[in-house]
Amino acid sequence: MSYVKPKFHHPSLKPNKVGYNKADYEGVISTLCAGCGHDSISGAIVQACYEISLEPHRLAKLSGIGCSSKTPTYFLSNSHGFNSVHGRMPSITTGANMANRDLIYLGVSGDGDTASIGMGQFVHAIRRNLNMVYIVMNNGCYGLTKGQDSATADFGSISKAGESNPYQGIDLAGLALELNATFVGRSFSGDKNQLVPMIKAAMAHPGFAFLDVISPCVTFNNNKTSTRSYSHVRAHIESTSIFDFVPEQDEIRVDYPEGKSAEVELFDGSKIHLSKLAPDWNPTDRFSAVNRLHEAKSRGQILTGLYYINTESKDLHEMMNTVDTPLNTLQQKDLCPGNSKLQSINKTFR
Amino acid sequence: MDEEIVVNDLVVRFANVNGTGSASANEMFAKSIFRMGIPVSPKNIFPSNIQGLPTWYEVRISGKGYLGRRAGIDLLVGINPQSLARDVKSVKPGGYFVYDSSKKLYDEYIREDVNYIGIPMIALAMEHYPNPRLQQLFKNIIYVGAVATLLNVDLDVIKEVIAEQFEKKPKLIPPNYNALQLGVDYVKEHYTYPLPIRVEKMDAVGDAIIVDGNTACALGAIYAGATVMAWYPITPSTSIAKAFETYCKKLRIDEETGKKKYAFVQAEDELAAIGMVIGATWNGARAFTATSGPGVSLMNEFIGLSYFAEIPVVLINVERGGPSTGMPTRTQQADIISSAYASHGDTKHVLVFPSTPAECFDLTVVAFDLADRLQTTVMLISDLDLGMNNHMSAPFAWDENRKYDLGKVLSAEDLDNLKTEFGRYNDVDGDAIPYRTIPGTHPTKGSFFTRGTSHDEFAKYSELGEVYLRNVDRLAAKWETAKSLVPKPEVYQEKNTSEYGMLFFGTTAYAAIEAMDLLKENGIDIDSIRVRSFPFHKDVEDFIAAHAKIIVVEQNRDAQFRSLLINELNLDPKRFLSVLNYDGTPITAHTIHAKINQVLNLVPVN
Repeated sequence: MSYVKPKFHHPSLKPNKVGYNKADYEGVISTLCAGCGHDSISGAIVQACYEISLEPHRLAKLSGIGCSSKTPTYFLSNSHGFNSVHGRMPSITTGANMANRDLIYLGVSGDGDTASIGMGQFVHAIRRNLNMVYIVMNNGCYGLTKGQDSATADFGSISKAGESNPYQGIDLAGLALELNATFVGRSFSGDKNQLVPMIKAAMAHPGFAFLDVISPCVTFNNNKTSTRSYSHVRAHIESTSIFDFVPEQDEIRVDYPEGKSAEVELFDGSKIHLSKLAPDWNPTDRFSAVNRLHEAKSRGQILTGLYYINTESKDLHEMMNTVDTPLNTLQQKDLCPGNSKLQSINKTFR
Repeated sequence: MDEEIVVNDLVVRFANVNGTGSASANEMFAKSIFRMGIPVSPKNIFPSNIQGLPTWYEVRISGKGYLGRRAGIDLLVGINPQSLARDVKSVKPGGYFVYDSSKKLYDEYIREDVNYIGIPMIALAMEHYPNPRLQQLFKNIIYVGAVATLLNVDLDVIKEVIAEQFEKKPKLIPPNYNALQLGVDYVKEHYTYPLPIRVEKMDAVGDAIIVDGNTACALGAIYAGATVMAWYPITPSTSIAKAFETYCKKLRIDEETGKKKYAFVQAEDELAAIGMVIGATWNGARAFTATSGPGVSLMNEFIGLSYFAEIPVVLINVERGGPSTGMPTRTQQADIISSAYASHGDTKHVLVFPSTPAECFDLTVVAFDLADRLQTTVMLISDLDLGMNNHMSAPFAWDENRKYDLGKVLSAEDLDNLKTEFGRYNDVDGDAIPYRTIPGTHPTKGSFFTRGTSHDEFAKYSELGEVYLRNVDRLAAKWETAKSLVPKPEVYQEKNTSEYGMLFFGTTAYAAIEAMDLLKENGIDIDSIRVRSFPFHKDVEDFIAAHAKIIVVEQNRDAQFRSLLINELNLDPKRFLSVLNYDGTPITAHTIHAKINQVLNLVPVN
């Protein structure tokens, strides 16, 4: 059963530029387990949308099946949502995006939904550089069916029952980089300061923006021996950068230590400010991102932050050269060629 | 030898090797007959292969206008050594076997009751053309010239067809004419022509067109305003996608910007293809996919979502021989049950059954209107024969007064004027069809959460039994509404006069219409009906009620359509007889005629 949250907001909180309060971006009360990492990610999505002053109806939220895919009811109640079938969110989003290129598409998936049943659709959405934000709430296990290892579970990670995972884990961010995804990053549900600006930047990116968010499962995969537990992640986290996203219109500037800061300008003039923590890494160089990821992994570290961004990203509509007007607004007069054209077509069949 | 002259009633078959360019030569032959005003029905019998396997092209020429397949080959052009033995055997007694006499025909291929006509096709080609690839291509044109002369086909008409074929490569026209003439001259010098079986110009074609059903479906989708097509290659549906793209490039380019007013996405598989369609229609565009039986099997989960979450889908199923990979290049009507009840749980889907290219066009447009009106999956059930073979058909027509029925979609203004809270699954009008909203319509009103889980009138998740029942019972009521919206059947008599009724659908119509005449000639009076939709229109129920016995003619082993009728209309199975054909070739009138005699215990027919 879904419960509607009271639309209470603190009087000191101001509405954003488009006149919405933060509460306008919330959803119904979550039915996930208390302490679930996914709820923090939902909170980050609410925060990001509020801060960039997005009108909620300009976003569509879509998901597959699983705990993660339930979350779209827990944020953005004023947006249309679509909880589809297991592993197939990318195809639904592709169709939706084809119909209306003007909305922001926020896809939410899990590690089972993406790395197993939905692997095919995930990689093909990357291949098409579909303009969407694709968030994986990655906890390394299947929650709703009571804790089986997922395909992203690390090799050797020991489950609650004491069994060691004999299979190699699939690194979705590494895979996305390999497939030339145009925006790739990893974050942690417990690091809102990093996650919120990353979501904002992903929304501004005109192409496939992939965020693999480590999100511990408090019920089935938070034992100390699991590499997805809060304690393990906190102990092994390492960031590429201190990160901030600055929308084009904003005048906020963040001061970064001299010599370390980098700036990435997005297509709409928005900027990502980065304070690089690794000198040999450049966010617009895919090879350095791949190297950086492998290097961190070899040290047993979980690398978070933005890995890579392609600033010349062209999305599927650009590749296909579709009209600027959303296809779903074209009318019969724009679409139906009429009888006289049909009569000349008939002539070619005689 | 029978010297009786037979005009405009013959079957000509070409036996070729696939990948050798024979198809376009054979098509030019068929088109020339059509241009002479004679009804013609070509069928391409091809292998699931790119190059090197046997392929046949069969042309039925019928002055009476019968367009179904007819057994009995009058003249066979046999130029494939692999299939020669079988090809010689397939000629009907007294028929003609045209072969390449560049090499001697072995004695084992000689039949006493067949007339042999040797044309040194490859020898002539080698003599006149130096390039081996051209020799192969012109060999085809040489036999077209020879056969045309033997059958009295108007040479000028063939030349006209050749000229049109090579309109964009005019350099190729003279050598083709030359090859044609080589065949013509050889026959004139060596044989008596025309043969007793021959064609003569007539005026039995009128304003008809000759086109395949897949092209017709693609044009229908364009005229219906489809802007998104998502698909995965599968025979025999692929040419729908190809035609959609080809015609969109002509009809759907924005004149000012050169940009496309359509999105054409080749998906990674059929699951993704229908997922994209659902995403697009959910977001307010008209979208469709085209596939065949194996693709529909893969799409099942999403079809259930479309049914339960009430999202329009237009799916064109061009049936092929099943089960499994089956006979991918042969025809059947064997996806009736799997389409009607696709997906798990209690589901039912609207089906429309065209039988001609003109109807493929019309019913594709109807399918879009029905899908939007009923907010569910509508499948157009075609088959390989209809989809991939050229059929003589009424021309396509578009009524300029026709308006798309986009169904119950609320605009921002509608939402502002609502007096009660918007409920996505609320039956406001009593027809069990709720209103929907498109994402992005209104800043604060009309958003809802689409889900495949059980939901209440306001799209909220619920596991309560009574909520579930309200929803699925409304869907059952919506099915009743569908019955009043689906296309009517076609009946072939003004008044029922027989205790027997023949019922059929789709491409079976060609043979069934001819069978009616055969039955009449034999003094058997039978009423006929062609069903065009599922759920069954009330007229179908009335027709069945008016007859003691119903003979269901269909092209599958298990009499699926018969089962559907008995099950859905709750009728006594004993009243239903079957005439079945499922060897992968289109059913013939002779089969129907013979089997009807058999099932009714009437006189045996040879």
